[in-house]
Amino acid sequence: MLNVLDDDTMNPVEPFLRSDRMPHIWCPGCGIGTTVNSFARALIDSEVDLDSIALVSGIGCTGRVAGYVKLDSFHTTHGRAIPFATGLKMANPKLNVVVYSGDGDLSAIGGNHLIHAARRNIDLKVICVNNLIYAMTGGQTAPTTPGHATTSTNPYGTFEPAFNLPALVDAAGAVYVARWTTFHVRQLSRAISEAFAKKGFSFIEVISPCPTLYQRRNKMGDGLDTMKYYKEASKVRNGAPTGEVGLTLNGEIAVGKFVDRDRPDYQTLMRAQYVESLGDRYLGDTDHAEVETECACG
Amino acid sequence: MKADPKGVLTGTHFIDGDHACCEGALAAGARFAAGYPITPSTEVVERFASRVPTVGGSFIQMEDELAASIALQGGVWGGAKAFTVTSGPGFSLMMEHIGYAAMTETPCVFVDVQRGGPSTGLPTLPAQADMMQARWGSHGDYEIIALCPNSPQECFDLTITAFNMAEEYRVPVMFMMDEVVGHMTEKVVIPPADQIEVVPRKHTKKSVEDYLPYGTNGDMVPEMAHAGEGYKFHVTGLTHDERGYPNMTPQTQDKLVRRLQNKILSATDRICLFEEDRLDDADVVVISYGITSRVAQRAIDMAHERGLKVGKLRLITAWPFPDKKIVELAKHVKAFVVPELNLGQMVREVQRAANGKAKTFAVTHAGGGVHNPDDIFNAIVEASRC
Amino acid sequence: MAKGRVSIVVERCKACGFCVEFCPTHVLALSSAFNSKGYHPPHVVHPEKCSGCDLCGMYCPDFAIYATKAAAADKAPAKAEANPAGGDK
Repeated sequence: MLNVLDDDTMNPVEPFLRSDRMPHIWCPGCGIGTTVNSFARALIDSEVDLDSIALVSGIGCTGRVAGYVKLDSFHTTHGRAIPFATGLKMANPKLNVVVYSGDGDLSAIGGNHLIHAARRNIDLKVICVNNLIYAMTGGQTAPTTPGHATTSTNPYGTFEPAFNLPALVDAAGAVYVARWTTFHVRQLSRAISEAFAKKGFSFIEVISPCPTLYQRRNKMGDGLDTMKYYKEASKVRNGAPTGEVGLTLNGEIAVGKFVDRDRPDYQTLMRAQYVESLGDRYLGDTDHAEVETECACG
Repeated sequence: MKADPKGVLTGTHFIDGDHACCEGALAAGARFAAGYPITPSTEVVERFASRVPTVGGSFIQMEDELAASIALQGGVWGGAKAFTVTSGPGFSLMMEHIGYAAMTETPCVFVDVQRGGPSTGLPTLPAQADMMQARWGSHGDYEIIALCPNSPQECFDLTITAFNMAEEYRVPVMFMMDEVVGHMTEKVVIPPADQIEVVPRKHTKKSVEDYLPYGTNGDMVPEMAHAGEGYKFHVTGLTHDERGYPNMTPQTQDKLVRRLQNKILSATDRICLFEEDRLDDADVVVISYGITSRVAQRAIDMAHERGLKVGKLRLITAWPFPDKKIVELAKHVKAFVVPELNLGQMVREVQRAANGKAKTFAVTHAGGGVHNPDDIFNAIVEASRC
Repeated sequence: MAKGRVSIVVERCKACGFCVEFCPTHVLALSSAFNSKGYHPPHVVHPEKCSGCDLCGMYCPDFAIYATKAAAADKAPAKAEANPAGGDK
């Protein structure tokens, strides 16, 4: 017997969704929706002003997140969510800018921007959903695909070393680096809340199933099987040296908060430099209050 | 709306085109730029980096042109007027994001200080060989506006025009300078701010409930909102409907892409700027733009001294191409002479528009130095004989 | 009287099984009914065991299920959309 929707209550995350676009396009058992769920709950818990959030995504399955959240959201070009987000933040420092994109988008085509933004410590909250594959385009090898996996562009098995994303962004200078899986819904929410409370470049990697491509081609079952695998294989290693948290095909998944440090963010450094050099002549980094607008309706 | 005085360096200056372009941007209200160094354009953003902190704004040198060309768009959606500056190789890298600006209707300016190409080419020497690329460089069907200054003064004046057109039509505007115009030093008069007209951002006054990010009030250009104002709008490069939501059907594609095209093509009377002289009784019309127009003027003067009936049409707007003007001229002139610092780009547009009704003589040059006026003069003489 | 109550948005469900698996008190099972896309949504088999912890809601990738505490459900002010089929298809 089916329970139909109860009219007296509402899903706590419903206000964060573009309900008129549901159901979304993600596959059964795909973990991206679960990450969005955790994200919405983090927004509730951290009580961030929703009007102040701008969410930027790239291209790919995770890139579609921007279209489903009821926030100022930008679905940009492949790999370039981070520079777009940087521009948003520069023009309006009061924005809380979130970059929500996939492993291929952020670390392959977007790799250069990832490391520079981390180096500069641009105040961005980056959520990297890592399904270890290029899912949207049909399951090609990503820089994060573990060795000996089968993909559509490595039909005989991958042989390239894979990126250890936490190590990469840690080395580049990120101030907050964490990894969770879609099994760790509560910890993920908490990590996102922590990132919101932090100024600087925060990077949260979420390991997520791609049942249609990665899991299927590698005989790992469906989304649920993968969630159970995450539960078994994950080991919380808070504070672990990021060099040690690389992933393998069926091995241990180190999760936790690896890096949480304080460094002045890009705009703080910029302002300090200008004030030191220019003193009173420095008029600040935005003037867009002066971009007067006209009423286009009359 | 009048320009913000903080950005207007009123006075008489002796500066080069690159520097004048920067002042034009500031006068137009640009308060954010994202750039990447490339000869011969770098001075524009170097000056901006030096000026903008004392005007109220910011500059960021990004890690590559791919980043610069999209960071500026983030700046626009964050509330600023923004631009970037580049030359050939960087222009090529920026093409995807020019298309993104066209598709998302992000008002912004891309300055290309053209140099010899292809590839690394002649970094310190002029060409005008990016003209077709400015129009067709990104994939898909879209329209852009391209302006061609021919002096440092125009680098100031027309940069303001570029920003104004960008805001008016919510379109990326290509500002097609060249290395000579960029690096030549001439008198540039910057008027007081209250004499400079600036087009403000077409910001919606609608309520959050009523606002449609890509809905139009019948004028084909939607109203904009900025991030952080509570509108919670969505912007995507995917084919989208009036809500801004992805809607990938042939019907939505047709409606959207045709509107992107028509909003520009229906306004060519206001967008197509040119300078003309003695066209009414001309046998031959010299059509030129940018630095070549300065040399062409000399050749035209030489032809007048010879008693030849030569008219001048200087393209200030290269795109959209002023078809109507050429069609009209082709009815009564014998020939067009088109000198340009390339092996034949805008001349193709002239030929197309003339549609066989007048001959076209291209005076081409592979780039690296301006034309010799004699070459243009000789072409005028030959054209007069046909 | 159960401490919590589950609500299911049938048309959004894709039968991934997360909610069934991760409910700590095994309140749910996939039903034999199906929605318009052909998926078997879950149904509540042990309503009395629901604590309203909302783990089902936290795990659901499709925003198709959530639980509320019984006391909250009684005084919930918001009116949810009845069976939002969603999508602009």
